[in-house]
Amino acid sequence: MVNGALRILLVDDEMPARRRLRDLLDDCCAMVPLAVIGEAQHGREALDILQNAAADLVLTDIHMPDMDGIELARHLLKLSNPPVVIFTTAFHEHAVQAFEVNAIDYLMKPVRVQRLLNALQKVPRLKPVTAEKLGSLPATARRFLSVTERSRVVLVPLNEIIYLKAELKYITIRTAQREFLLEESLTKLESEFGSRFLRVHRNCLVSREAIRGFERRVNGDGDAHWEVLLNNIPETLAVSRRQQFVVRDVGRVAVA
Amino acid sequence: MHAAFVMPTIIKQKLHEPALPDLRNLGTILRVLLIVNLGALVLAYARQPNQLAVFDEFIDVAAVVEPYLLLVLAVLWAVGPWLARQPFASGAILIGALTVAAGVAVFAFVQSLVPQPPGTLARWLTFGLGAAAGLLFYFHLRAKALSPAIAEARLQALQARIRPHFLFNSINAVLSLVRSEPKRAEAALQNMAELFRVLMRDNRDLAPLADEVELCRQYLELEQLRLGSRLLVDWNVKSMPADALVPPLVLQPLLENAVYHGIEPESTPGTVSINLFLARGEVHAILKNPYRANGGRHHSGNKMALANVRERLALHFDAEANLASRVTRDGYEVHIRIPYRTAGPTGAPDPQAMTPAVERRAVPREGRNNKALRAAPAALPSRAVRAALPSLAKLETVHG
Repeated sequence: MVNGALRILLVDDEMPARRRLRDLLDDCCAMVPLAVIGEAQHGREALDILQNAAADLVLTDIHMPDMDGIELARHLLKLSNPPVVIFTTAFHEHAVQAFEVNAIDYLMKPVRVQRLLNALQKVPRLKPVTAEKLGSLPATARRFLSVTERSRVVLVPLNEIIYLKAELKYITIRTAQREFLLEESLTKLESEFGSRFLRVHRNCLVSREAIRGFERRVNGDGDAHWEVLLNNIPETLAVSRRQQFVVRDVGRVAVA
Repeated sequence: MHAAFVMPTIIKQKLHEPALPDLRNLGTILRVLLIVNLGALVLAYARQPNQLAVFDEFIDVAAVVEPYLLLVLAVLWAVGPWLARQPFASGAILIGALTVAAGVAVFAFVQSLVPQPPGTLARWLTFGLGAAAGLLFYFHLRAKALSPAIAEARLQALQARIRPHFLFNSINAVLSLVRSEPKRAEAALQNMAELFRVLMRDNRDLAPLADEVELCRQYLELEQLRLGSRLLVDWNVKSMPADALVPPLVLQPLLENAVYHGIEPESTPGTVSINLFLARGEVHAILKNPYRANGGRHHSGNKMALANVRERLALHFDAEANLASRVTRDGYEVHIRIPYRTAGPTGAPDPQAMTPAVERRAVPREGRNNKALRAAPAALPSRAVRAALPSLAKLETVHG
């Protein structure tokens, strides 16, 4: 905290909701030194702001277009100095029970000034919520994967990903333009994104949309296997013996 | 919002009394045709156990049953509205008498054509009366099965129709206005009050389409307060039949869906369009909203509102109203068809049009209230209309 003032970012897709929080924060000013560093309409805008300005606390709505609050919290963990996140929500949804179970802080909208004040006062003692806890919330799948490059958080939209390949400690994310390195588990990604990706190999998930076809290849020893042909990039990926059935399932066998 | 204020509470007590079905309703007529013909088929099978000959036997039976059945249905169609006003017992006896008379008439007619008509008059009448009694019992059971749904619809109103999410977000939006724009806050609270007044009242009777449109405007104004320029609304209601009677809250829940699924998940502005018009004696409502099948996170809840509206349409109009929904190239579309019924040119409404089929007989007098209200010029201050209400309500109780 610089100068002892709590730096706060407000995230909500509804302008009146942001204005209401600003009014309430004004009321809290006398008790807790604070400064609102900005407002964002959704998670992606919030991340943009936080690339260039530091915050100690992010007050974020849960349901928002483009990127919801829970996904925002997961990407924020990639920042070198992640802020504390407190969620605001209008209704006691199922999610809220999970918040209670995981001791994740949230405020119910309309927010009472006393509750907001209590929350602000305990921020300095709070640690950012771990990715495991956030991952256990009944949220929908993320729309982006995030990687850290030169201390900046880069978002990779899920629909641009051609394949994910596990290599030693990292996962390589391949898009039409380039590759990114990600520190996550391929199995977890597979269960989070379900039908979007197809497992063609122990170490490889391919986006179903990116599959152009399959090709039968025979190597020097006379062993034959299938290769996945991809849209937009010339690379091909080997289908392992155990996953051979996917070729038939996808049913778009290219005539070699 | 006029007619909405005169909900005679006496209806409820009579909810479980037996009532005649709506004899002019397409659904009723189809059910009668189907059930009687099934009965004839069973009869044919009983008389002719030889599988191959059953069909010939059925044709023989049908030659008698069809003219008989159609005659009875035609007469019932003609006297339907009048019969609906009679107490159930006399209505049932009249239907029985009609069945006997029509049976005798058709038998005499068939006898004059062929020397040996199939069966005897006694058998015909037994079949006819048996079918009539069976059908009345069936329609009574059906009405009983459906009527708790109407009562319950009221209890479920808040749960099923307004998402709590909308309520709390709206309160939050109003709170944000209180300090800076108290006038707008006032207007928003008034809209909310109107909306919840309609949501929490007894909504079993049909109300003019114009009232529903007004309610939808208030609802969308509240949503616009929250969503600002993200929500664009395109009204096409110039040629709508404002006097058409529709079930209250037939459009609002669908607009709520449109906003929830079409506008809220997107950060770019989207348009909800409402198109209301009259065509070939039917009121059409077409609601459209943008929709991205994979992009959204909202999925649940949609079917519930659609099922709720569909069920209420069925309660009021049986097979004559219809709700269809589809995903189009650029969004989602709901199309509702409702038979065009009004309170009538003289102001005396067709009692059938005013209430759900299952309880029609109990409220023949409701029209009077409407007549008084409808007679009031449109420009009359609403206070004057309201002032007239207590006396009307009293009148209602006395008559009831």
